[in-house]
Amino acid sequence: MANKVITITSGKGGVGKTTATANIATALAVNGARVVCIDADIGLRNLDVVLGLENRIVYDLVDVIEGRCRLRQAMIRDKRLPNLFLIPAAQTRDKTAVSPSDMVRLIDDLRDESEWILIDSPAGIERGFRNAIAPADYIVVITNPEISAVRDADRIIGLIEAEEKGPARLVLNRLKPEMVKREDMLSPDDVLELLAVELIGIVPEDDKVILSTNRGTPIVLDGKSQAGQAFRNIASRIEGKDVPFMNLEDRNGFFGRISRIVRSGGD
Amino acid sequence: MDEHAKVKIKGIREGLLITVRDDDWPDAKAALQEQIKEQSEFLQGGRLILDVGNHNIRAAELGQLRDMLTDDGLALWAILSNSQITQQNAQSLGLATQINKPIPERTAHSIDTALTGEEAVLVRRTLRSGFSIKNTGHVVVIGDVNPGCEIVAGGDIVVWGHLRGMVHAGAEGNQNAVVCAMDLAPTQLRISDHIATTPKRRGKPQPEMARIVDGQVVAIPWKP
Repeated sequence: MANKVITITSGKGGVGKTTATANIATALAVNGARVVCIDADIGLRNLDVVLGLENRIVYDLVDVIEGRCRLRQAMIRDKRLPNLFLIPAAQTRDKTAVSPSDMVRLIDDLRDESEWILIDSPAGIERGFRNAIAPADYIVVITNPEISAVRDADRIIGLIEAEEKGPARLVLNRLKPEMVKREDMLSPDDVLELLAVELIGIVPEDDKVILSTNRGTPIVLDGKSQAGQAFRNIASRIEGKDVPFMNLEDRNGFFGRISRIVRSGGD
Repeated sequence: MDEHAKVKIKGIREGLLITVRDDDWPDAKAALQEQIKEQSEFLQGGRLILDVGNHNIRAAELGQLRDMLTDDGLALWAILSNSQITQQNAQSLGLATQINKPIPERTAHSIDTALTGEEAVLVRRTLRSGFSIKNTGHVVVIGDVNPGCEIVAGGDIVVWGHLRGMVHAGAEGNQNAVVCAMDLAPTQLRISDHIATTPKRRGKPQPEMARIVDGQVVAIPWKP
């Protein structure tokens, strides 16, 4: 029963929590597990959009908690994977509609029949965040290699440790290896020196992520994307497998190919 | 009823003050929870200030208490306590620990040895962003002090680690207070009424002591 309810949080907004939740959930489901993801960002819901399921919402998390529907009625099956489900957030309410123990009770109902439950936390440190971490067995903190994001991640890790819900695990999202090389961007080592938590993933910046959101198709389903591979690796690490970190400088992209041709004299 | 005597509720200007007595904490907590359930109608809509007296309460327990109150639609706003540990734990969760009255005077324990030292607080952990420590005496931290963290001391401040947060030594006017760190790189350093920022570091970090010399804040490296 341990380690199956995963909350994905960050403190800072816009660092990639929803993208990570959608992709890690999809990757775990592709690996064969039964996965339920829950959008805890009440009032600003996004997980449904990223999964391409917004047109299928009939009932939401608040409907379940306030007893207007049964839990099963609010669970939306994914378009592509029959073992992946979403419980969307309410858009017309706000975070005061749900309390931490509401979340714990709801998750307890789901535990027996799902292998993984992923909770997409809202940004911030107030009620929404507390709702999202209340039922968690395992907490992932997403951050960007950028000073204000790391500052907020430090705060959120402090709160997680204070509430004895640790240890927090870190995913460094939207890394640009060329900028790190030029010392224009924080490196993973710089970030870890301040945050001092276990790193479970590094996801490179990838324009295709924006396209995938627009289409409602998580990037883990794209075999050619480095970001997709990074999320698949994170899912494997969460499952307990030992996966080495990708060599992000080994670029198979357009520019990488061009420079190899030039150096070798065009053979 | 015995339970009522353990928990007192009073309306004050800042909100609703609930005072818990100094019994065994599990008993006091149970009495508190019962009282709150009974009085939840009366308590609705107010901000709750919980005075826990001398109890030492872990941050996780305070968090659980706050979540339990949230269930009943009650907002826990502040924790008042004579215990430094409880105050720090409350602060780490973002709860207020003062409500328009100064922190109660801590009675100094005088230990009978030849040398009477000075009152200090020692913290053995890395302090993350958002933590704050306030003490009328000295403050010693074994660990790093991350940016976004605040230490305010009436006396000196010593950090056995990287100092990257905000520190204020001699906060009650002591111009002779010092700030020492293995890596002195605070976002802002204050001694008494002087404020300074850190210039860009050249080379590897080395232990330094900051003090006021001729009206200026100066960092003096430790030479072995």
